[in-house]
Amino acid sequence: MSDYNFAYLDEPTKKMIRRAILKGLAVPGYQVPFASREMPMPYGWGTGGVQVTAACLTPEDTLKVIDQGSDDTTNAVSIRSFFAKVAGVATTTRTAEASVIQTRHRIPETPLRSDQVLVYQVPIPEPLRFLEPRETETRRMHALEEYGLMHVKLYEDIARHGAIATSYAYPALVNGRHVFDPSPIPRFDNPRLESPAIQLFGAGREQRIYALPPFTSVQSLDFDDHPFEASKADGACALCGATHTYLDEIVADDQGTRRFQCSDTDYCMERRA
Amino acid sequence: MYVAAKGGEEAIAAAHTWLAEARRGDRSLPAMSTAQIAEQLALAVARVMSEGSLYDIDLAALAVQQARGDLIEAIFLIRAYRTTLPRLGSSRPIDTGAMICERRVSATFKDIPGGQVLGPTFDYTHRLVDFALAAGDEAAAAKIAETAPQTRSRVSDHLGREGLLRDEPRSDATPPDLTRTPLELPAERPLRLQALARADEGFLLGLAYSTQRGYGRTHAFVGELRIGTVQVAVEIPELGFAIDFAEIVVTECETVNQFTGSRTEPAQFTRGYGLVMGRCERKSISMSLVDRALQWQELGEDNVGAPAQDAEFVLMHSDNIQATGFLEHIKLPHYVDFQAELQLIRRLRREATEAQMEAAE
Amino acid sequence: MNALAAGFANPPQESARAFRAAMQAMACPGTIQNITGPEVPGLSPAAALLLLTLTDGTTPVLLTGDAAQSQDWLTFHTGAPKAGSAAEAAFAVGRWDDLGPLNPYPVGTPDYPDRSATLIVEMAEISGDGPRLTGPGIETEVQMSLPDADALRLNAALYPLGVDLFLTCGSRLAALPRSTRIAEDG
Repeated sequence: MSDYNFAYLDEPTKKMIRRAILKGLAVPGYQVPFASREMPMPYGWGTGGVQVTAACLTPEDTLKVIDQGSDDTTNAVSIRSFFAKVAGVATTTRTAEASVIQTRHRIPETPLRSDQVLVYQVPIPEPLRFLEPRETETRRMHALEEYGLMHVKLYEDIARHGAIATSYAYPALVNGRHVFDPSPIPRFDNPRLESPAIQLFGAGREQRIYALPPFTSVQSLDFDDHPFEASKADGACALCGATHTYLDEIVADDQGTRRFQCSDTDYCMERRA
Repeated sequence: MYVAAKGGEEAIAAAHTWLAEARRGDRSLPAMSTAQIAEQLALAVARVMSEGSLYDIDLAALAVQQARGDLIEAIFLIRAYRTTLPRLGSSRPIDTGAMICERRVSATFKDIPGGQVLGPTFDYTHRLVDFALAAGDEAAAAKIAETAPQTRSRVSDHLGREGLLRDEPRSDATPPDLTRTPLELPAERPLRLQALARADEGFLLGLAYSTQRGYGRTHAFVGELRIGTVQVAVEIPELGFAIDFAEIVVTECETVNQFTGSRTEPAQFTRGYGLVMGRCERKSISMSLVDRALQWQELGEDNVGAPAQDAEFVLMHSDNIQATGFLEHIKLPHYVDFQAELQLIRRLRREATEAQMEAAE
Repeated sequence: MNALAAGFANPPQESARAFRAAMQAMACPGTIQNITGPEVPGLSPAAALLLLTLTDGTTPVLLTGDAAQSQDWLTFHTGAPKAGSAAEAAFAVGRWDDLGPLNPYPVGTPDYPDRSATLIVEMAEISGDGPRLTGPGIETEVQMSLPDADALRLNAALYPLGVDLFLTCGSRLAALPRSTRIAEDG
C-alpha cells in the first residue's frame, strides 16, 4: 500500500464529505457546500469527483474511471492509477464490473444498476452562474425558487436561433424543486440521469457536492412548443455500427474526411466482442 | 486483482521520465542542493511558503527545485502536502509588536522612535545587471554592522495615541479558517485577510495598483513596513502557560489612508493591513491596499464599483492554485462537449440557410 | 472503561463500509440495510456505527433517553460535543418519544437547507408495514414502518427544509430523508 491513509483523505475529512453527501441525497439537486481539500492533482482536473470517490470507496469496490466516455484518456488513466495506489482497490474498464464509476462528461451507455455509484467531476456546479456571476445572488435565487432568468435565457435562444443553444451541461429541474447542472455531459445523456444508480456530483474548486438518489425525477428544462431534444451526431460508429450511441467525430485524413466512433469505448468494444 | 492498463499509462510514465530529465538539465553541471536554494533564492522560497500557507523553508526549497523554479507549481506541491498534515493545535496570535526587525520603514514620519531601518532591501539599488556576479566574482563578505537585536514600537501606536487613527475592534473570537470550512459570503474581515494572505502576489499587485490609479482610490501611505522574526507560542493546557516553540520571519505592512469621514465615522486615518509569512514585501503592501479597499462597507464609504472593492470577485479569484487548475484544465479532452457544440452550430447554420432560401423563393 | 473499548479496530475500512450502508439507506428510503456495529450500552449497534462514522468535533450530538448512557463512549471515540438542546444538535439519537417533538431541531435555512439535524431514531422494529412512500430513491412506491407518520408528513411539507432520519433497530438500518412523500392512507 502506501504511506497515505486508505483512499488518501484523512478520516475527519472523509466524515465531513460523507455528511455532505448524505445531505445532498436528502435534498436532490441542491448544492451542499463542503470544505474541499487541496488534492495532489490540479483543481479543475477532477478534485471534486476524486474527493467524493475517496469518501465512498470501500476495499471491496471495483473502480472504473472514464473521461469523455473513454477509460484510456490520460486524465482517466491518472485518476484510476491514483486510487489503485492509495486505496488498493481493483480497477476495471468494464462498466458492468464496476461498483463505483468516476466520470467526466459522459454517462456510460451500458445501463447502470442499483448497486452502482456514478461520481461526476463538476467544473461549475451552479447552473445560474453564467447568467449571474455572484454566489450571493444565485444562492438566493435557489432559495426563492426564482428560475425565471434561466427560462428567459433559454427562450432568448429560441427567439434568436430557433432552438436552445445549450448543447452540454444542459440544466434540469430535479425533484420538481432545484434547477441543477448535470456537469458538462452532452444533452444526449440528460434523459439517462433518471437512473437506478446513486449519482454523486463533486465540484472541488467550487466546494460543492450534490446528488441524485435512484429514480429521482430530472426534467430537462424546455417549453411546450420547443420540447427538449437529446441530440447526437447523425451517423453510425465506424467500428461497431451503432447508431443509438453518442458519437465522437474524428478527422480521418488531411482531406478532412470525417468518421464517427462511439465515445463510450467499453460499450463499443463489448459490441464488437 | 485485475488492473486496467492501456497506452495512456505508458505515455504518462514516459512524459514524467522526460520531465525528471529536463528538471535536472545538463548533467555536466553540478546539481543544486535545497540548502543552496533556501539560501540563495530565499525570496522565491518565501513566496512559496506564504502562498503555500506552510512555514517550512527546507520543504519550500525542495518544492522550488522539484518544480523547476515554477513558483505556482511549487506552491501547489506545498498546498497538497499541507492538507495531509494533522492539526495538533493552534498557536496563540503572534505579536508583531515584539518583532526583532531586520527592516522597518515608515513613509509617514521622517523620524520615528527606533529609527528607519533599511535592512537588506532592493530599494535604491540601481537596477544594473551585475556581470561580475555572472563571472563568479562574489563580493567579499561585507561587514554588516552588528547591532543588538531590538524591538521597535509600532508607528500606528503613535498615531493612535492622538486619536487620529481609526481604532480596530479587538476580538478574542477564533477566526474562521477557509481551509477547513467552505468560504461563505459575505466574508468578515478576518476571513478576507486569511484569503488575501494566501492569495497570488501578482493578482493582489494588480488589484492594489488599480486602486492607486483611481479604481476605488484609498490614498494609501505606508505607515509602517516591518520584516523580522517573531516567536510562535502555543498554550499547553497541562502546564497552564504558553511556550515558544518556533521562530518565524514575517512581513507586516500597515498603511494609513486618508478618510474624510462618512455617515457613521468621523474624519480620521484608516488602516489597511497586510501580514505575510516570510520576506514578501510587495505582497504585504499589495495586501494592505486591497484590504483597505474591501473595507468600504464597514466604513460607510461608497461602492464605486471598483474591482478591488468587490469582496466576492477578489476572494473567489485570488487563489492561484484554484485559478491555474481551472485555467489549465481546458487542455484536457473536451471532445464530447465540442462534438455537441459542432452539432448545434451545424444545425443552426443549416436552419438559417433554409430560412434564407425560403425567403428568397 | 468497557464502554470505551468498543470502537473501530480499523477505522478507514470499517467506516467506509458503514458509510456505504448509510448512503444506500439514505438514497433508497424504505430499504433496510444489515450492518455490523459495536456493542455500546444505550445504543443499538446500527446507531453506534452511524455515530462513529459521521460525527466528530464539529457536530454537536444530542443523546436522549437510554442513548445518554453512551455519552462518554461518544466523546472518547469521536470528540463530538454534547448538544445543549435540540436546537443545537447536528445529530440526535434516541427513541422517538425521548427525542421529543421535531419543531426545535434545526431544519436548515432557505439559503442553506443542508444545515439541518439528522435524527437517529431507535426503533422497536423496522418493517415494510407502514404508510406508502414515494419520492427520490423510490422507483414506484414502498412501504415502511414509521415512528409518527403525521409529524413526518409535516416535516416533508417543509421541503427543501426539514430534518432527515435514520431508523435503527439492532443491526438494521433504514432512512427517511425529508424528500420522501408519505401517503395519507395507512
